[in-house]
Amino acid sequence: MHEDRRQDGIANSNGNGVSLIDVEGLSVDFPVGTGTFFSRSRTVVHAVDDVSLTIYKGECLGLVGESGSGKTTLGRAILRLQQATQGRVRYGGEAMDEMRGRDLRNLRRKMQIIFQDPYSSLDPRMSAGAIIGEGITIHKLATDRAAYSERVAELLQMVGLNPEMARRFPHEFSGGQRQRIGIARALAVEPDFIVCDEQVSALDVSIQAQILSLLTNLQADLGLTYLFVAHDLSVVRHISDRVAVMYLGRIVEVAKSADLYRNPLHPYTYALISGIPVPDPRIEAQRQRVVLGGEPANPANPPSGCHFHPRCPFATEQCAVEKPELREIDSSRLVSCHRAEELVLEGV
Amino acid sequence: MPLLEIEDLKTYFYSDDAVVKAVDGITYDIEEGETVALVGESGCGKSVSSLSILGLIPSPPGRIVDGEVKFRGTDLLQLSASEMRRYRSRRIAMVFQEPMSSLNPVINIETQLTEGMMTQLSLTKRQAGDRALELLETVGISDPERRLKQFPHEFSGGMRQRVMIAIALSCEPDLIIADEPTTSLDVTIQAQILDLMQTLTRERGMALLLITHNLGVVARYVERINIMYAGRIIEHGASTDIFEKPSHPYTVGLLNSIPRIDRDTRSSLDPIPGQPPDLARLPAGCHFAERCRNAIDKCEREYPTTVEVEPKHTSACWVAEAVYNDNALQLSHA
Repeated sequence: MHEDRRQDGIANSNGNGVSLIDVEGLSVDFPVGTGTFFSRSRTVVHAVDDVSLTIYKGECLGLVGESGSGKTTLGRAILRLQQATQGRVRYGGEAMDEMRGRDLRNLRRKMQIIFQDPYSSLDPRMSAGAIIGEGITIHKLATDRAAYSERVAELLQMVGLNPEMARRFPHEFSGGQRQRIGIARALAVEPDFIVCDEQVSALDVSIQAQILSLLTNLQADLGLTYLFVAHDLSVVRHISDRVAVMYLGRIVEVAKSADLYRNPLHPYTYALISGIPVPDPRIEAQRQRVVLGGEPANPANPPSGCHFHPRCPFATEQCAVEKPELREIDSSRLVSCHRAEELVLEGV
Repeated sequence: MPLLEIEDLKTYFYSDDAVVKAVDGITYDIEEGETVALVGESGCGKSVSSLSILGLIPSPPGRIVDGEVKFRGTDLLQLSASEMRRYRSRRIAMVFQEPMSSLNPVINIETQLTEGMMTQLSLTKRQAGDRALELLETVGISDPERRLKQFPHEFSGGMRQRVMIAIALSCEPDLIIADEPTTSLDVTIQAQILDLMQTLTRERGMALLLITHNLGVVARYVERINIMYAGRIIEHGASTDIFEKPSHPYTVGLLNSIPRIDRDTRSSLDPIPGQPPDLARLPAGCHFAERCRNAIDKCEREYPTTVEVEPKHTSACWVAEAVYNDNALQLSHA
């Protein structure tokens, strides 16, 4: 069953699948104040800069990038938790920005998010059962009190918690258990699509592995579609069918997971991969690595041309002037680099 | 003689109704110029053990109840506060995880960098200032003259960690203890910082104690590893031995829990069930027994003795040999 789902995912990423979410030219700008208190001038940060992206039904799309790359903002804008400045998101072909009232509320039920911090995302004054059940009540998904309690108990069991824990409060749970509650809350409204925002990055490895396995199994059992936002490329490789890489608000590469890691086409993807050590000293000793100089530029004042050019070991004059478009290299790969065809970059 | 020898160190925390055995009898050493790792998950006692070395345990509630911390033969635990001060930063320097909270936000970088050199090395302000300039260059901060006059908030996370490293290097210590030095940093910056630390400690013949939860980082930078679980070291050995022939079920579990960047999507994780025990209510036998697949009856009654499974590779497990043989066998088939 598990294998089948993966096969579907791969088929989807070949473009045979049905798209669930289409992001079209999406931009999110944030105004920021600069200057002193008295002479405040306004500038704009393009947190998400003209992003187009498709998420296929039943796949897990990984979205990676460093802090400030705009990956979280993109995830939130897809859910309309963040108003887009430009562009639109289609869910199952319907434009979300035109929806209002009941239609929007129904759609919201199908799209859920699980947050990074299991401490601040659960209301400390609500019991675990109430947290999980809130959505069931709002969306009237239970016919009576008994059905409600039964459903809450079922959800707790689904995420590997004891149904008796429904009466406990968040502070009585460990970080891993709280993440499970967050997952149960998202599942309560029977969604099709879940955004997992840096969901496992605060957890210890042994707990992280438990949660990742849970997410994978739930996806297979319930036919969910995930957008998995994370900075940890190893975790993303493990869970994703396809991966999109962001740098300073733009998507620089999209590919099937195995292709991206084995054979990165964008120098930034290459640097990210080479920055992650493999837990095997013999492999580490033989790996070819590049360590990037400098730090990501200030998003309020991004470099000209390709945003990555000041840090790129392969940059030419063209890169400083001309913005590379995200273009198709083959049917399942997109990359925005002028030199994608000529560079030979080694993955892992 | 090793540079640092830790013997049966025990650091407990006392509250009204419980004793939390954060570090419960750990023994390890570090040779001159060597890089050693202390690996474990949160709450395993790795940070407490390193703070104990420098006498930085807040007391009360914490207290070092037993053990020795010998630095070139001198037991640091027997020193008076003022004697201890001469060891901190002069002999043993520390780089903390959170570079924002370990730098003083209202003092400029120059003062924070030169303070130690003036007191520890008796340099004049001018001499210390010159060295501060050099140090910032060494750690890769451009335009050091201007940067010296700035305050911590004007630096990014990665740059602050570079400043911390410069401060650690400033008194030419023999040992640097780095507690999760790159955990809060971005991937590309992590690689920069760890490469920098490796180069600088090698060039200067300094020993490095790296405290981390990241086994990838350990594989890339470290020669010897100590794995901690619930206040004790459960496995010790050369890096390659531990990764290839792990001999404690917890180590095996950890290695099977990490998603690897060089493995395909379909490779499955094999997580350790359950969670670490409460350090205030430790079980009688092996602390890992409850979560362990290899556990036998004895494990729940008696804490395992440490056995040597091969030269310089030890494991505190009743079935260590079996686990070792199992993994060694798999290795020979691979």
